[in-house]
Amino acid sequence: MRYGTGPEVLHDIGMDLSAGSFHFLTGPSGAGKSSLLKLMYLAERPSRGLITLFGRDIATTPRRDLPALRRRIGVVFQDFRLIDQLTAFDNVALPLRVAGMREDTLRAQVTELLHWVGLADHINAKPPMLSGGQQQRIAIARAVIARPSLLLADEPTGNVDDRIAVRLLRLFEELNRQGTTVVIATHSAPLIARFPHPVLHLASGELTVSRRRPDSAAAAAAAESDA
Amino acid sequence: MIFRRKYDLALERDGAGLFMIGTVALMVFLAALALAAAMAVNGAVGRWDRSLAGRLTVQIPPTSADRLDAVVGLLKGTRGVVRAEPLSVADTAGLLEPFLGSAIRGADLPLPRLVDVVVDPNAPPDFAALRRALTAAAPGALLDDHHLWLDRLFALAGALQLTAAGVMLLVGGAAVLAVVFATRTGLAIHQNVVEVLHLVGAHDSYIARQFERQALRLGLEGGLAGLVIAAAVLALLIRIGGGGVGAAAAADSGAAAASLVPELALTGSQWAVLALLPLVAASVAMLTARITVLRVLGRMA
Repeated sequence: MRYGTGPEVLHDIGMDLSAGSFHFLTGPSGAGKSSLLKLMYLAERPSRGLITLFGRDIATTPRRDLPALRRRIGVVFQDFRLIDQLTAFDNVALPLRVAGMREDTLRAQVTELLHWVGLADHINAKPPMLSGGQQQRIAIARAVIARPSLLLADEPTGNVDDRIAVRLLRLFEELNRQGTTVVIATHSAPLIARFPHPVLHLASGELTVSRRRPDSAAAAAAAESDA
Repeated sequence: MIFRRKYDLALERDGAGLFMIGTVALMVFLAALALAAAMAVNGAVGRWDRSLAGRLTVQIPPTSADRLDAVVGLLKGTRGVVRAEPLSVADTAGLLEPFLGSAIRGADLPLPRLVDVVVDPNAPPDFAALRRALTAAAPGALLDDHHLWLDRLFALAGALQLTAAGVMLLVGGAAVLAVVFATRTGLAIHQNVVEVLHLVGAHDSYIARQFERQALRLGLEGGLAGLVIAAAVLALLIRIGGGGVGAAAAADSGAAAASLVPELALTGSQWAVLALLPLVAASVAMLTARITVLRVLGRMA
């Protein structure tokens, strides 16, 4: 993959994410984690190579078919990308409205999820009035509200404390148990250590996969943190 | 229910919206004036045609003035002539008074004698034969069926109407260009939000609907503003122009005095046509915005 006529930022990467899997994606800054995620959430197309998503080659998928694929993908952007003039409720409701869900149907779902992420008191607040952590939770709620088949999160816990971070990861795990494929890009080694999911490590254009179990101390810490 | 929910994009607050309101207001104002002018000319043409239809004027030169009774008798005996009424010398002088002044009434000028003739428009006489008979009865007599004058007047009126139509086309084209510019500006301003909408699965048509709703609203607002201003200007013009006194007087005083000045007064149905302009402008703005958004987004990868 390359941006415009610039150098290739990703090349010779091969991986297969099976449906219902949970992966962390890590690597040094500039390694191309965000670019890889952009390919996966269909913001960019590969300049060469083959990427198959939901059985479709995304390089050749017609533009008119992209919305249907994108509705199956939930994305937590590193910079949140909330819409400033919309309230927390409207931001979270956006994927449902775009999909054509009726207002009376989506209201309960959105309210419940905002309650779950601890923003029940900020339903009518607009992003500029909220802290970074609160904005991040809205972004996460927006990504998961439509119960996507694939959840991609770019540093989703970067602006929240450990307790909230673990809680959000538990939400991702719950979605994963219900069948959602999850990929979390993060620099946080302690967070990765708390969960037993395989890690995709991207560095120098190479992608390696490590399958592991959490160490007992980290697991204990995670359990304690949950308690 | 187009205004049921607020926009996902902050279209209400960007400068492109104010630009569109101002532009549409100006365009509707100009279009309303052009349309009113076209309707006024159209009305005048209709009045000229109606007032002169079936009417002729026979002009007898002073040298044959003593043949007046013979000419009137000839006319009354011609099939297809409904009425033949000679104008008195005083009436003829009165017709010239606007051009030559009141002194004409006392002056001893050799005036031609005129006969006002009404023919059956459904069964008019043979004009060529009538001309020959008149010339024989009164050498130098002329039969004026007003066609030459009317044809030139109709040509002028047609040119004026074409000009008005051209102005309206230009105004419409300029309005479309302005909406295209405002929509493209709006898309550029809200590029990040448009991208987010795409990434959460929005079709281009979902995004286009937001712009077209906004364009419809702004088009209506601008169109109504332009129409109100145009209505005020037209009302002032009608007041200054005397509400078509010339045409009304012409109808009273007969065909020969048919007004040359288009009546400025507008009928109720003509005002209703003008009132449709904001709706037309808003519809054009809406359609233009939709097409523009779909075309711009369609070119994206």
